[in-house]
Amino acid sequence: MWRHFAPAAAFLALGGLFAFALMRIGQGRLDVHEIRSPLLGRPAPTFVLPSVTDPSRLVDTKALAGRMYVVNVWGTWCGGCREEHSALMAIAHSTTVPIIGIDWKDDGQQARLYLAQLGNPYQQVAADRDGRVAIDWGVYGAPETFLVSSSGVVLEKQVGPLSEALWAEKFGRYLQGEGGS
Amino acid sequence: MTRWLALAALSALCSTALAIDSGAAFPDAERQARYDHLTSQLRCLVCQNQSIADSNAGLAADLRREVQEMIAAGKSDTEIKSFLTARYGDFVLYDPPLTARTVLLWAAPALLVLITVGAATRVILRRSRTPFGPDPDEPG
Repeated sequence: MWRHFAPAAAFLALGGLFAFALMRIGQGRLDVHEIRSPLLGRPAPTFVLPSVTDPSRLVDTKALAGRMYVVNVWGTWCGGCREEHSALMAIAHSTTVPIIGIDWKDDGQQARLYLAQLGNPYQQVAADRDGRVAIDWGVYGAPETFLVSSSGVVLEKQVGPLSEALWAEKFGRYLQGEGGS
Repeated sequence: MTRWLALAALSALCSTALAIDSGAAFPDAERQARYDHLTSQLRCLVCQNQSIADSNAGLAADLRREVQEMIAAGKSDTEIKSFLTARYGDFVLYDPPLTARTVLLWAAPALLVLITVGAATRVILRRSRTPFGPDPDEPG
C-alpha cells in the first residue's frame, strides 16, 4: 500500500525543501554561492593602510588590539553596500563596538563624497586601493562584514548586505556586555 | 558567399575578445607555463565557474597578480596554493585535496555507481526468479 504514496511523499518532501531554500534565499539568509571562510576561529589578518577620510593618517589594526571590532568591506561601486548603508548607520548608533571600514579598490575622492552624502558609520576607514588586504581577509564579494573578538580572533562573517535583523541574528550573541543590541 | 565572408570576419573578431591576459607574465617559458597552469587551476571566487585565468573580474586580476608575484619571488606551487586556501578555503582549487572534509566529494561517484548497481541487481534477480508469472512490482 505504502508504495502508492511513496512517490507523492517524495515529491512533497523535495518540493518542501526547494520552497524552504527559495524562501531563505529571498530573505537573504541563504546564499548558494557563499564560501565558508577558513578565517573563522583564526587570528584576524592585520593591516596598516592610509585612511580614506584623512589620507595623511594611517589605519592600523594594532591600535585595536584588546577590543572587539567589526570590519566592513565596501566600495562606492558596490550596489549591495549602498543597500546596507542605512542598516550600518543604525548598527553604528546602537553598539559601542567600533566599525572599521575597508574601502576596496575604490577612488578616495568618490569614497569621501559617498560618506559625506550617506553618513559615515565607520570609526575609521582604510583605503585598500590595490585589493591586497581584501585578499588577506578572503574577500570575494562586497559587502562583507567580519566580527573580531577582543583576543583578535575572527568570530563571524557575513557575505552580502546586512540588515539590522541579520546583524542581531548572526552577530548579536557575541555582543553581550559590549553595549550591542 | 558574402554571408560566409561576414561570418569569417566576425569569428576573427571574437577570437581576440577571448584573451583576458594581454601579454606574457614571464619572459621565460618555464615560469610562464607554471603561471598558466596555476591560474587555470584556481577558481575565480566572483564568477564561480571560471578559473582566474578565464575571468576578467577585478578580483581574478588581483589574484593573477598575486600568483605572478609569488612565482617571481621563487615560491613553489604548493606554497602558492596554500597561500590561497588559507584565505579562500579548498573551494579556490579546482582539484580539491583528499581530506576528511572532502572524502564524501571524492567518494560520491563510486558510491552512486555502487547504489545503482545494487538496486539494478536486486530488481533483475527478483524478476528472473518469476520468469512466467505476473510482475511482482505490478499491483493486483
